[in-house]
Amino acid sequence: MILDGKCPTGPIEKTWDKHCFDLKLVNPANKRKYKVIMVGTGLAGGAAAASLGELGYNVEAFCYQDSPRRAHSIAAQGGINAAKNYPNDGDSIYRLFYDTIKGGDFRAREADVWRLAQVSNNIIDQCVAQGVPFARDYAGYLDNRSFGGAQVSRTFFARGQTGQQLLLGAYSALSRQIKAGTVKMFNRTEMLDLIVIDGVAKGITIRDLITGEIRAHMADAVCLATGGYVNVFYLSTNAMGCSVTANWKAHKKGAYFANPCYTQIHPTCIPQTGDHQSKLTLMSESLRNDGRCWVPKKKEDCGKHPNEVAEEDRDYYLERKYPSFGNLAPRDIASRAAKEQCDDGRGVGPGGRGVYLDFAASIKRLSEDTIRERYGNLFEMYEKITDENGYKRPMRMYPAPHYAMGGLWVDYNLMSNVPGLFVLGEANFSVHGANRLGASALMQGLADGYFVIPYTIGGYLAGIKPGDYSLDHAEVKKSIEDVKGDINKMFSLKGKKTVSEIYRALGKVMWENVGMARSDASLKNALKEIPKLREEFWNNVNISGDGGELNQQLENAGRVADFLEFAELLSKDALTREESCGGHFRVEHQMPDGEAKRNDADFCHVAAWEFKGVGKEPELHKEPLKFDNVHLAVRSYK
Amino acid sequence: MSEHNANTMNLKLHVWRQKGPDAPGKLETYDAKHVSPDMSFLEMLDEVNETLIKTGIDPIAFDHDCREGICGMCSQVVNGVAHGGQERTTVCQLHMRSFQDGDSIFIEPWRARAFPIVKDLVVDRSALDTIIQSGGYTSCHTGGIADGNAILIPKPDADYAMDAAECIGCGACVAGCPNGSAMLFTSAKVAQLAALPQGKAEAAVRVHAMTEALQGCGFGNCSNHYECQAACPKGINVKFIAKLNREYLKAALN
Repeated sequence: MILDGKCPTGPIEKTWDKHCFDLKLVNPANKRKYKVIMVGTGLAGGAAAASLGELGYNVEAFCYQDSPRRAHSIAAQGGINAAKNYPNDGDSIYRLFYDTIKGGDFRAREADVWRLAQVSNNIIDQCVAQGVPFARDYAGYLDNRSFGGAQVSRTFFARGQTGQQLLLGAYSALSRQIKAGTVKMFNRTEMLDLIVIDGVAKGITIRDLITGEIRAHMADAVCLATGGYVNVFYLSTNAMGCSVTANWKAHKKGAYFANPCYTQIHPTCIPQTGDHQSKLTLMSESLRNDGRCWVPKKKEDCGKHPNEVAEEDRDYYLERKYPSFGNLAPRDIASRAAKEQCDDGRGVGPGGRGVYLDFAASIKRLSEDTIRERYGNLFEMYEKITDENGYKRPMRMYPAPHYAMGGLWVDYNLMSNVPGLFVLGEANFSVHGANRLGASALMQGLADGYFVIPYTIGGYLAGIKPGDYSLDHAEVKKSIEDVKGDINKMFSLKGKKTVSEIYRALGKVMWENVGMARSDASLKNALKEIPKLREEFWNNVNISGDGGELNQQLENAGRVADFLEFAELLSKDALTREESCGGHFRVEHQMPDGEAKRNDADFCHVAAWEFKGVGKEPELHKEPLKFDNVHLAVRSYK
Repeated sequence: MSEHNANTMNLKLHVWRQKGPDAPGKLETYDAKHVSPDMSFLEMLDEVNETLIKTGIDPIAFDHDCREGICGMCSQVVNGVAHGGQERTTVCQLHMRSFQDGDSIFIEPWRARAFPIVKDLVVDRSALDTIIQSGGYTSCHTGGIADGNAILIPKPDADYAMDAAECIGCGACVAGCPNGSAMLFTSAKVAQLAALPQGKAEAAVRVHAMTEALQGCGFGNCSNHYECQAACPKGINVKFIAKLNREYLKAALN
């Protein structure tokens, strides 16, 4: 089937304004008759729940943490992009739009990206009004920094904790609505199924993580703002609780999963120290503003103290390969370049899996105090984890899974192919194409939450009768029984393996075969290994305790069970996409100099997969991508 | 890359186990063997839990999520000190290199009247949400906002607000306070918003509502022990409590 994203046509500059006007409206007095479920309360979900509640809708919001303030958006460090052009360096909505399309390696929808760039400026204003303490200069004006993939300074920031401050802004707006009674908040609650009645999303089945109660919540529309899935690699920069579960349950109920193979491996993360490791820690891309990436030119220098490697014996490989963008090359490119150096035997640190990020030149130029003011908290974090002082010797970095560009397929209204199911933020696939630029995730989450869904959901709700659902429906009872059945089955296995053991094995298969470089053989190998692990899980996992209480093993088991199914789809998508683009690198498809080689003739489309059963061949639907404004070209940062 | 390198440690853990809010709790003793100094404290607990599961004992329940010191979910009293006593460090960022082979380590939950125990080391901190819901925001609407540069905010004011805004809402200040007071937490939000032009309009209403909520949630009063600042993993300064008191007085006089 050919999918239609229902993008408005006409001059791109007018698309969103025209679409807003064309959308049907819900009368202010009628809004309270409509109930909306919001799953996830990070930047996208928190902002959306607050904004919809304020409009007058009756919102129920859910998060698995003990408070909406904990969502993993909080960990974003470097900043948020907007096309304000405050520094007078030539930025514009058009340039942000262009950079995002190009940064995504021409695999995103033009209209969606335009809208993102257009509302980016409103986001900054909104956050300032909430009291987000963005960095200011001495005159009192908002300050900007540079980020990868752009040659203008358009990134707004709050020290190294921009995500935290923006999330707390959204959380404060959400708190205000909770107090006002327009949003009902359910903490420590996990969505375990989507309820679809006659083809329309009408509710969710949840587990209360404290009491273990399984129950259904019904609504006129369901929104998922449940983040990304790169914990499928086990080790990633995501929080421990991040999972594909909500998305995967929706997928199993009919929602198409788009471009699952587009995963972002972030170039600057602290290298792994041992098998005990539970997660990897990112060091903001903003560090590449003042840090220079290098490895020794000679293999025999790799074991030396970095300060003893002479200047002429260092290979500043990003500056060498990409002179015009240098250390600010986009993430996919910087990650692959780091891997290349390590594969060449010139990596540093344990196992030779690391490159240096060196601040010596900037400290000399600007002073240690200036560097401390810009990135102090990051240096502190680095020292806590590695026991090394980043001011005195270069930091060691290695790429790690960080972000999912793929996600549930949505149309221009952020609605999935299942009517009534909307998907926001990282959980959808829409704007980042095959690679996300730095400081654009915060922008997208807040754009979707504050400025897109409040308009587009009205267009849907205006066309349906409010309250058209019932907890007594057979589908509701079936959903609850299915969820209980899965849980009981997990408890009944009483096997010999812990959940973590199987999860680590899955992560290893995924990182080695479906990580930074993918080949026909490695992907086929993954597709052979994943079902074996799934079988092992469903025959040999051991979960103690019971379901009627706080049981963190059970929570993990459910999430891992979903990753064990999803991993297969991710690998299959990667195998089917016979090209390299953005974060998806197939070794068979590269330029003579090792750069990604796209195949626009055959793959200039969104791959949206339909679920046909566990272990069964999913069906591929395509949405062709058209580029009317940005010329399809080889992506170059040289 | 091996976790069994020459520097590994063997430790004795004394961990608070409590089945539920109303069940009696007690300290249980477990061995933590072959602990690498590169492990985080929570990774050490992960390994202990793996061993417990294999021996048929319920693993230790503890809150955690980002494991990079920013989400505020982790919450353990280690050897009597919230987050373990390393300056400006959450327990997830505490690394085992700060312990020695043979150490005994006592691990307990946050203890405060306003934070009932859910299970083992997990407590219910929803009282902190209640405080924010009472007024920890500016009442701006979504949309229709003037340009971000329309109101100038001098750098020192923005920096002051940011110093307060760094609070991660973990509740260590409450756990560290002999009175179980959430004064530092509350004052950080009051001070952040009172320092900014956007927050000034509602400053008086806010400080009243938030201090009232503070009292209603079962937190104790502040009597200037400053244990909160010592326990805070983000170094939130007690000067914000003085700011709250000043705002409170100002509001009363108006």
